[in-house]
Amino acid sequence: MRDFYGTALPGGLMLGTAQYPSPAILADAFRRSGASVATVSLRRESGQDRAGQDFWRLISDLGVRVLPNTAGCHTVKEAVTTAHMAREVFDTPWIKLEVIGDADTLQPDVFGLVEAARILTADGFQVFPYTTEDLVVADRLLDAGCEVLMPWGAPIGSGLGLNNIFGLRALRAHFPDVPLVIDAGLGLPSQAAHAMELGFDAVLLNTAVAAAGDPAAMAEAFALAIRAGQLAAHADPMEPRDMAAPSTPLLGKAFLG
Amino acid sequence: MRLQLNGAPIAAQAATLAELLDAYGFANAKVATAVNGKFVPATDRADYALSNGDQVEILAPMQGG
Repeated sequence: MRDFYGTALPGGLMLGTAQYPSPAILADAFRRSGASVATVSLRRESGQDRAGQDFWRLISDLGVRVLPNTAGCHTVKEAVTTAHMAREVFDTPWIKLEVIGDADTLQPDVFGLVEAARILTADGFQVFPYTTEDLVVADRLLDAGCEVLMPWGAPIGSGLGLNNIFGLRALRAHFPDVPLVIDAGLGLPSQAAHAMELGFDAVLLNTAVAAAGDPAAMAEAFALAIRAGQLAAHADPMEPRDMAAPSTPLLGKAFLG
Repeated sequence: MRLQLNGAPIAAQAATLAELLDAYGFANAKVATAVNGKFVPATDRADYALSNGDQVEILAPMQGG
């Protein structure tokens, strides 16, 4: 099993913490998901209610590792500054690096991403870059010091699943030793199972669980699907073929007609 | 001294960033700070002198995907 900067994540699920109907439902979803990582963010602390402090207590009680993000950052400077602030607050070198390049698709600015990854890696961060399935960009990110890659399945929050199976399969084949995480775009557990069947090491999702009618049940459904996909990937799947091949032996078939 | 605190204009008496956090009840809170777009580590707040017009950001843990 490939590890993530020296940390094994056997459950294969990183779960976001946004958009849940209530803190109690968030906690229930995490329990049933078996997720070992929670993605979190940093935002301005509001005046009197101190929502950030309450949220931190909730996350601490989950007993999972946190992966802070730089969501919403559109420049290298913003992302690097946010990463430094996150490292201090969450006391972790892990950073889910997002440098957004397009407001409609939330597609990563891969040029800024590589630059920010290089800066942060040199400063001791362990970078989880939100990227595309582009092989050349992947190479540049590895050159910049990333030891994990997180290609999107589809645009964030879209629920469209794996939009470029060919590209994702090629990425897996080109980098057999690099931990790969499908980050963003998943909507259904079957899509997570597919990602794992393709040989990916984990999936990162949020909206598919949080926006479901029953988030906790959906969290468990994703956990089961990921487990199924992991088992299938390790079971050496058969090669598809264009022509039919009878599975029932023909030898000994009666002459009845 | 006039400052921007998390995007809102304020009038502050604090001479340093640490004093400002204390005045607003953030002294022991789990927050990170930046001034004028630059990260200011917690260990530097007591020595960080504020100037008129500074833009101070106080960020806290929040939900994220």
